[in-house]
Amino acid sequence: MKSIFKRKVSQGIAFSMFRAAACINVLVLAVFLGFIAINGISAISWEFLTQMPRESMTKGGILPCILGTIYISLGAILVAFPIGVGTAIYLNEFAGKGRWTRIVRMGIINLAGVPSVVYGLFGLGFFVIMLNMGVSLLAGSLTLGAFILPLIIGSAEEALRNIPPSYREASLALGATKWQTIYKMVLPAALPGMLTGLILGVSRAAGETAPIMFTAAVYYTGKLPSSVFDEIMAMPYHIYVLATAGTNISETRHLQYGTALVLMFLVLGLNLAAIIIRNRLQKKF
Amino acid sequence: MTEQAKFQIKNLNFYYGDFRALEDINLELQQKQVSALIGPSGCGKSSFLRCLNRMNDLIPAARAEGEILLEGQDIYSPSIDVVNLRRRVGMVFQKPNPFPKTVFDNVAYGLRVNGIRDKRLLREKVEWNLKQAALWEEIKDRLNQSALGLSGGQQQRLCIARALAVEPEVLLMDEPASALDPIATQKIEDLIHELKKEYTIIIVTHNMQQAARVSDITAFFYMGRLIETGDTETLFTRPGLQQTEDYITGRFG
Repeated sequence: MKSIFKRKVSQGIAFSMFRAAACINVLVLAVFLGFIAINGISAISWEFLTQMPRESMTKGGILPCILGTIYISLGAILVAFPIGVGTAIYLNEFAGKGRWTRIVRMGIINLAGVPSVVYGLFGLGFFVIMLNMGVSLLAGSLTLGAFILPLIIGSAEEALRNIPPSYREASLALGATKWQTIYKMVLPAALPGMLTGLILGVSRAAGETAPIMFTAAVYYTGKLPSSVFDEIMAMPYHIYVLATAGTNISETRHLQYGTALVLMFLVLGLNLAAIIIRNRLQKKF
Repeated sequence: MTEQAKFQIKNLNFYYGDFRALEDINLELQQKQVSALIGPSGCGKSSFLRCLNRMNDLIPAARAEGEILLEGQDIYSPSIDVVNLRRRVGMVFQKPNPFPKTVFDNVAYGLRVNGIRDKRLLREKVEWNLKQAALWEEIKDRLNQSALGLSGGQQQRLCIARALAVEPEVLLMDEPASALDPIATQKIEDLIHELKKEYTIIIVTHNMQQAARVSDITAFFYMGRLIETGDTETLFTRPGLQQTEDYITGRFG
């Protein structure tokens, strides 16, 4: 038998390794956030958040980018959430184990693996040109919606799988139809989990650049979006533009960091709001 | 006897894929009686119970052969609507499984899916059924709280109230007290005594004393066969077969 001391030492080493691994995560995030905050904080002001860009985007605010990002994220969710939840309900509640189900699942897995820039090109070819939507909020929302669809389906299915079969049995045994069981019992119980997916979807959509750069976002537009057929500015694309193709790349450095900071806080805020809503719903039961 | 039999089971065979879980079951279950199904684990008594409201339909490879007549009508015939069957033949499960909803909504659930919308009527029925399940006095102030906060025994009586709310003719109970402590078990058994005045009750139990206490007739299952059936007192005091005697005296199982 090994001595107690040796066993304790090996336990100590193992624990330290795991703790270190966990700490590295936090550290990376802290450095990352700190770096952006230090470089970007000087750009943040009330004007920055509420004004249009001026002087070839070297001065002024990023209001159209903020609004554009909010609109297109919501648009993407409006597209993806109903379709995603519908697909998840079909797969988890109705579909058997046949070849058709396998094909659908395969499709979803593959959809999740397609690089985001391919979505962008697909959106350009299909929505913008073929369906003649032009570079617009609509085309971008549809493209971005397709991009986050696998994420929504995955989390909605997970939420449905977490509802114990005994609940479904109890409902059916009371003379409820399958649809009543799903609609009145399974969906309300799965809602908090589905909302988690929605949150992840929104913040994912808010940060993406490639799917919108050919379909919705433009270098500069002088007006705020007023219809779904308008082109928009969006924060991720704005950062990209300023950092690679702006009129004065080094002088707008603080604007780039500032925009990144705003984007991060927007995503953080969206997540926080959704987490609060979800916890409220869960606490009810 | 035959004309008032609630359930007549004729030559029932039941399979999970290739495995035959029930073999040639013939049994009659009478109205407003408590019938107990006993036998060791895996003997087929729960499978049998779940044939009676076609809960087994949910298992992909399961299939039943033979006839189960509910008031003379074969419940496996295509003209039978399984949704309506399950409303007529209610079920209480082994583990209490209240919905993650309020106490009120749990009892009202079956009423609502059956189309009752009127709020006053719902309230009346919920109260009445909670009283039937001997739960009203304990939880009348907690109707709007989550059912998941109740004790196990209260949850199971809530499930009984929920099942009674849709006014079934038959109540199937699958080891309803096996997850409960002795006091909660006692309450469930008292309740069964009360309920048999109105309902036909079929209860699966592992607990022989419980079968002896609550039932009028007992059916002993072993290895997928119905070994012996008879009125409970006779079966427990003068069993006809050695196998039955060995089981009820605790020599195996």
